[in-house]
Amino acid sequence: MPAVSKGDGMRGLAVFISDIRNCKSKEAEIKRINKELANIRSKFKGDKALDGYSKKKYVCKLLFIFLLGHDIDFGHMEAVNLLSSNKYTEKQIGYLFISVLVNSNSELIRLINNAIKNDLASRNPTFMCLALHCIANVGSREMGEAFAADIPRILVAGDSMDSVKQSAALCLLRLYKASPDLVPMGEWTARVVHLLNDQHMGVVTAAVSLITCLCKKNPDDFKTCISLAVSRLSRIVSSASTDLQDYTYYFVPAPWLSVKLLRLLQSYPPPEDAAVKGRLVECLETVLNKAQEPPKSKKVQHSNAKNAILFETISLIIHYDSEPNLLVRACNQLGQFLQHRETNLRYLALESMCTLASSEFSHEAVKTHIDTVINALKTERDVSVRQRAADLLYAMCDRSNAKQIVSEMLRYLETADYAIREEIVLKVAILAEKYAVDYSWYVDTILNLIRIAGDYVSEEVWYRVLQIVTNRDDVQGYAAKTVFEALQAPACHENMVKVGGYILGEFGNLIAGDPRSSPPVQFSLLHSKFHLCSVATRALLLSTYIKFINLFPETKATIQGVLRAGSQLRNADVELQQRAVEYLTLSSVASTDVLATVLEEMPPFPERESSILAKLKRKKGPGAASALDDGRRDPSSNDINGGVEPTPSTVSTPSPSADLLGLRAAPPPAAPPASAGAGNLLVDVFDGPAAQPSLGPTPEEAFLSELEPPAPESPMALLADPVPAADPGPEDIGPPIPEADELLNKFVCKNNGVLFENQLLQIGVKSEFRQNLGRMYLFYGNKTSVQFQNFSPTVVHPGDLQTQLAVQTKRVAAQVDGGAQVQQVLNIECLRDFLTPPLLSVRFRYGGAPQALTLKLPVTINKFFQPTEMAAQDFFQRWKQLSLPQQEAQKIFKANHPMDAEVTKAKLLGFGSALLDNVDPNPENFVGAGIIQTKALQVGCLLRLEPNAQAQMYRLTLRTSKEPVSRHLCELLAQQF
Amino acid sequence: MIKFFLMVNKQGQTRLSKYYEHVDVNKRTLLETEVIKSCLSRSNEQCSFIEYKDFKLIYRQYAALFIVVGVNDTENEMAIYEFIHNFVEVLDEYFSRVSELDVSFFNTVFHSTWQAHSSTEIGSCFITQAGVQRCNHGSLHAGSLGLKL
Repeated sequence: MPAVSKGDGMRGLAVFISDIRNCKSKEAEIKRINKELANIRSKFKGDKALDGYSKKKYVCKLLFIFLLGHDIDFGHMEAVNLLSSNKYTEKQIGYLFISVLVNSNSELIRLINNAIKNDLASRNPTFMCLALHCIANVGSREMGEAFAADIPRILVAGDSMDSVKQSAALCLLRLYKASPDLVPMGEWTARVVHLLNDQHMGVVTAAVSLITCLCKKNPDDFKTCISLAVSRLSRIVSSASTDLQDYTYYFVPAPWLSVKLLRLLQSYPPPEDAAVKGRLVECLETVLNKAQEPPKSKKVQHSNAKNAILFETISLIIHYDSEPNLLVRACNQLGQFLQHRETNLRYLALESMCTLASSEFSHEAVKTHIDTVINALKTERDVSVRQRAADLLYAMCDRSNAKQIVSEMLRYLETADYAIREEIVLKVAILAEKYAVDYSWYVDTILNLIRIAGDYVSEEVWYRVLQIVTNRDDVQGYAAKTVFEALQAPACHENMVKVGGYILGEFGNLIAGDPRSSPPVQFSLLHSKFHLCSVATRALLLSTYIKFINLFPETKATIQGVLRAGSQLRNADVELQQRAVEYLTLSSVASTDVLATVLEEMPPFPERESSILAKLKRKKGPGAASALDDGRRDPSSNDINGGVEPTPSTVSTPSPSADLLGLRAAPPPAAPPASAGAGNLLVDVFDGPAAQPSLGPTPEEAFLSELEPPAPESPMALLADPVPAADPGPEDIGPPIPEADELLNKFVCKNNGVLFENQLLQIGVKSEFRQNLGRMYLFYGNKTSVQFQNFSPTVVHPGDLQTQLAVQTKRVAAQVDGGAQVQQVLNIECLRDFLTPPLLSVRFRYGGAPQALTLKLPVTINKFFQPTEMAAQDFFQRWKQLSLPQQEAQKIFKANHPMDAEVTKAKLLGFGSALLDNVDPNPENFVGAGIIQTKALQVGCLLRLEPNAQAQMYRLTLRTSKEPVSRHLCELLAQQF
Repeated sequence: MIKFFLMVNKQGQTRLSKYYEHVDVNKRTLLETEVIKSCLSRSNEQCSFIEYKDFKLIYRQYAALFIVVGVNDTENEMAIYEFIHNFVEVLDEYFSRVSELDVSFFNTVFHSTWQAHSSTEIGSCFITQAGVQRCNHGSLHAGSLGLKL
């Protein structure tokens, strides 16, 4: 090793290293190291003062030992001593040791900082550089605090040497990245920009790095750098291949600096000054021209360096996205690379082209390369390149080439690597949906997808096809026919069975006319798959069977036979068992009319953001879905579901519903076996313990029955899977708006109405309560014409409300289009008495600005009131029983509203209690009774309201078995009059 | 932006590592193992860029030694790719025909060289040509490192 063995090397170190190198075993090496450590220790401890050379040698050995992976616990002091040496080599080793082995020993840090300070002030450029390097290497906060103010000064000082300026710029960059707050901005920033004009290329390079980072935060402070960067770039680009001497790399002038300048320009929009812009465009054209020139060297380094600049230039062109001519040229250049023999270039070209495809100027140009890209997908030997090709195909897809691209991707899927199959499946599904002109093609594509890569077809994909088929009646017959044919394959994927089961159950009647697909044939085809399927699929199939009974009465006997079989009725799985039991009963108890109502065709699905797209976005970062995100390229694009009117899903669902059986009025024992069966999965939440005799079938209940959850197999339920109320915690949400209490009061005595309204948003409420359960519908209306982004309403339980009230919310779409309304369903269960209402926090972005709103959800304890009728005698008896002082709450207050007996009556009824006539001797007075139902306990409650028309006053008395409830109810009610 | 720089041999031994973003010491070993595994699994026909978690690996192989640079997605892959080569050229000139042994036995030199190279100090995760070209044109040789072993 001639280069290192000559000169004033440290012989002792060389000997030690060669000893280590000659060690035959790990043990021998450790032995040798321990011997050396003992030697160094004794030398450091010895009486004789060591000269600089020995100190350097031993510190160097320690460093070497450390780098071999051994701990070093001494020698730091000696290293620090070396810092104050005047010899470069000694100082350098000292700094190296400290950079590598720094620890937070405060005593030492002080000494080190001192030495650095001295060196920074020394005006010796090499020493200053060493000190700056050390600061950058350690980069700790302490160092930053000590020196952050000095470095900008050194950087812009007129007399600093080039190498010092360079080190200072990089050191500052490092400190800024570690702790931006420590680096003070000031008048030096303007002077840093002028470093771009420096004679020394090294200084320019370092300055570009620094400015690129700093301007991210304060773009305006550094705006002047644009013109300087352009002129510097122009000088480099137009220089001859040898002009820059040291900075020419294989005949390419300053490649890395060019890349950095181009990168810096990407922090800003195109230059406003026409002259600067003209010059820049000229530069970009020159780079593109040079790519066409014959290479100045055959060496690969030459072309690599040249291409690095070229790719960065193309990035800038794409960033500006305003020069059609350049964009098309860039695209053509990349097109050449697509067929280059260098894999790296093909990869990078595909990657860049992907972003080019989303520009309106170059989209057409990109499309001309479709054959090459398809070929790459088929023949490329590197999976990452194939992946890029798939991404590019996805990005360049539009109406004109969708069929070709989708069919190529499907073909590729058969041989695709497992790692990217799921992504390709999602992409195919999205493209097929987005660009479907006729829906039979769409259905074919998705069924093919399931056939080819069933395992990779996620739920979102097949839910989506069901939604679309349900919403488009022109495709239903075709879909039924196609799935029927697909199911005839000897082995078909379970997802196919699911889709087939659902579609035949809904639309099997459309193909029943053909003897080849007559109802019994359909049924036996489906049932032949039944035993091979998982529980979820079998559950779905059972629902299909009951739908068949409705659609094709002739299959009733067969299907009842299947349901009656022991393997169903006594299935170990409760879900299957329950379905079998319920469906069997349903089919034998219900009349044809009832059956037809229960099993009516699914209503169209309300439109929401494609769940597949959301999934792809989650899976891949930005870029993958970008082409589809911005609709600008294809504004006329007509989503398959675009034409479907959002329909509230309040029409019947095919779930077997106890309420709909016409059994409602019957006494409790006649309730269907379902509620007695294992697991109340399907039972309406309102179907609580034996409906109270006092509650006849009222119009209200019709409303309730419509609200019952769809059967689990319905995609709607699966798509909008209920989530437990997300609890961001009270600290995450703002305090309720000032008028929240007032708004809440409006709802104490009523259940429906507008909860909140401002210029942007209207929130409507519709709610129903029975016993300790409630369901609330919140309607969020976007009053503007602009889409709300990231729309997220959440319910928060402040304090220990969590244990008192359970609120389940369903997710709503994150986007609310202008003028549109979304609804959110809340299931509420009162666990025990509570005083404060839950909070509703609504956040969204409107035109980029985040909006947040916190309201009180109109759920108060009186909502769980159960009115109780009783005779005067009973009333007084109970009144007396509740005679403890703490059980009574009384309030005397002035009337805020005109005192009208009818209005008062309505309010008391709205409050929830029963009004008892002929109880109070004074007919002017009102007397009420009720029970507050919670899961844990029931609170009996008696009230008496005595108006005094003369004084315009009321006296309100509440007696309940719980003190806080009395007081709370009293306060709530008092505000109503 | 460069996240880390690694020199790893085919046996998976790390010869030199430098991180520009904080990574726990025990996580580094894991990271290095995974990185070399993904590099070794690639053939000559495959490109030199690997998408790894949320960043990219750019690697070059010199005999049994891999040089791997981890970068975020805003970095110019080609520039880094060529930068690795530039670094190796500098080493080659300094050691006259550099080999893996040099890297392992002259670790300290390597630290200094890489520091000098990646533009005088590690802190800046930036390619500065300056460092490189100065090295190229002899200032390294003239003993500016002063570490003649």
